[in-house]
Amino acid sequence: MAIIQVKNLSYKYHNSDTLAVDDVSFDIQAGDWVAIVGHNGSGKSTLAKLLIGLMPAQEGVITIDGQELSEQTVWQIREKVGMVFQNPDNQFVGATVADDVAFGMENRQVDRETMQERVTYALKQVDMLDYQQREPANLSGGQKQRVALAGVIAIAPKILILDEATSMLDPRGRREILQTIKRLKDELNLTVLSITHDIDEAASADRILVIDDGHFIEEDDPNSIFSHGSALIEMGLDVPFSEKLKLALSTRGLDVPATYQDEGSLVDWLRTLRSTK
Amino acid sequence: MATDITFNEVDYWYQAGSPYAVQALRDINLNIKPGSFTAVIGQTGSGKSTLIQHLNALLKPSSGTVTIGDRTIDATTKNKHLKPLRKKVGIVFQFPENQLFEETVLKDIAFGPQNFGVPTDEAMTLAKKMALLVGLDESLLKRSPFDLSGGQMRRVAIAGVLALEPEVLVLDEPTAGLDPRGRLEIMQLVTQLQSEQDLTIVLITHQMDDVANYADHVIVMAHGEMVKQGTPRAIFSDADWLESYQLGLPSATRFANQLIKAGFTFDPMPLTEDELADQLLPQLSKEGHDHG
Ligand SMILES: Nc1ncnc2c1ncn2[C@@H]1O[C@H](COP(=O)(O)OP(=O)(O)OP(=O)(O)O)[C@@H](O)[C@H]1O
Ligand SMILES: Nc1ncnc2c1ncn2[C@@H]1O[C@H](COP(=O)(O)OP(=O)(O)OP(=O)(O)O)[C@@H](O)[C@H]1O
Ligand SMILES: [Mg+2]
Ligand SMILES: [Mg+2]
Repeated sequence: MAIIQVKNLSYKYHNSDTLAVDDVSFDIQAGDWVAIVGHNGSGKSTLAKLLIGLMPAQEGVITIDGQELSEQTVWQIREKVGMVFQNPDNQFVGATVADDVAFGMENRQVDRETMQERVTYALKQVDMLDYQQREPANLSGGQKQRVALAGVIAIAPKILILDEATSMLDPRGRREILQTIKRLKDELNLTVLSITHDIDEAASADRILVIDDGHFIEEDDPNSIFSHGSALIEMGLDVPFSEKLKLALSTRGLDVPATYQDEGSLVDWLRTLRSTK
Repeated sequence: MATDITFNEVDYWYQAGSPYAVQALRDINLNIKPGSFTAVIGQTGSGKSTLIQHLNALLKPSSGTVTIGDRTIDATTKNKHLKPLRKKVGIVFQFPENQLFEETVLKDIAFGPQNFGVPTDEAMTLAKKMALLVGLDESLLKRSPFDLSGGQMRRVAIAGVLALEPEVLVLDEPTAGLDPRGRLEIMQLVTQLQSEQDLTIVLITHQMDDVANYADHVIVMAHGEMVKQGTPRAIFSDADWLESYQLGLPSATRFANQLIKAGFTFDPMPLTEDELADQLLPQLSKEGHDHG
């Protein structure tokens, strides 16, 4: 079942001449992890803000979990959706890290004890429990992103929207956090939309949705998208390392397969070519 | 233009003297050579941003000294007379929004040079040039810098610092939030500035591929201490040691390690995909070659 339906959605900022989102339609199935990719300024964050009703679209219909988004339904819909913004500083409201993580639960009818349990649980998931009494503003960049993620982990909303939420984590930290979210998603059958330029994050999605200058371009599984090779750069995604290496080998005269190979299958293929003389 | 940078026994405490005091730097001793490209790496919270904010006295050591060219900064340094230093050392911060404030993108980029006495039209011309260099579309220049996408804001912040024409360019994860094309363009621009104008570059990054491709010196931070420094080749030669600090290898080095298990050999270990491809090709049988 499609938990998010977007039909002919358009949005123009008042001080701009072009549409930031231009007649976009797509469906997202419940329980899927969908990565949204596109170059800078292509309309990803605008789309995310429209989905939670931060501003009304000029045209089009958004249906979330069977409910059409409107002035009347926006608060009900926001209870089902948790969003992590691109800049965590725009998101902090609590005086301490713990308060901040608890904040999202306050208008969601959660009793105090459960609230505390969930704050502890969420901070543990992002490895920030030791910082619970600190002020969010006084954290390092990566620590801020972890706390912002804990805020939505605590709510575990049906739909999770992450707008470049791991961009300042070290690679290991990012991998761990992505695994945590994946586990949570599987346990609770959450739907995840993650806006990203990171190839590993895109690879962990079930589907990738590509937008360009406000237009919907295509939606497919990661392997099919990754087979676009160097054209991926235009889509705002980095080229996977296996494809970069194939390119370097082919410019040196080696005949390489045209289909996408992940690192494991590239190693296997190279092994068969290894000269044993 | 030689701006030598030296940290001597630097400690730094946030909220020093209060019950919430946090030590973010511990006994830092290091030297950054003029014209070098230094990468600062380390896990979240290891002290990288704290370290680089000492480079233009935005933060002053709680104890110890930082010497930048002919200026020495210590705990007692007053905020007066720091202007020449702020012109010499330009810092692009981790969250670009925090350094934007003007009415329009163009004015924002031009603010720095104007503040240092460059006449308005000259500053505007310079600002336009820098905006184009970082890939900002002309149509955005009249807009408020806050009415931009994340990646566009990042570019404005970078252009604003470039417009200062600093001798030392410090970049705190400048490519976070940039698309891959922008990332490549910014990194190429930075190396070009280093080689053509002899700028000293200090780059904080989590991208080990960028360290391998561009840096000539690496500083590794952990828990507020500098735990190692050296060339990228020296730093990346010990995967287990890096792992113990939760740090990884460049993609090419990591992939070469997988290939070793498949019987290939490398000497030295490749750091970039070109180095890897060069060493790999002679180890492949003729069959695969020259088909197309
Ligand atoms: N508040 C605003 N007012 C006017 N225009 C805006 C505003 N915010 C964004 N825009 C413009 O709308 C377009 C889409 O912006 P959006 O933030 O959705 O891009 P994005 O895909 O998230 O990019 P990035 O990868 O850089 O974050 C851009 O051209 C941007 O300049
Ligand atoms: N304003 C502040 N007040 C108190 N503590 C702070 C402040 N800013 C940073 N810290 C703490 O100092 C330590 C070092 O932070 P710093 O920002 O230098 O880390 P970093 O290496 O840049 O990390 P990241 O990669 O996450 O940006 C962290 O533990 C952080 O929580
Ligand atoms: Mg965005
Ligand atoms: Mg930092």
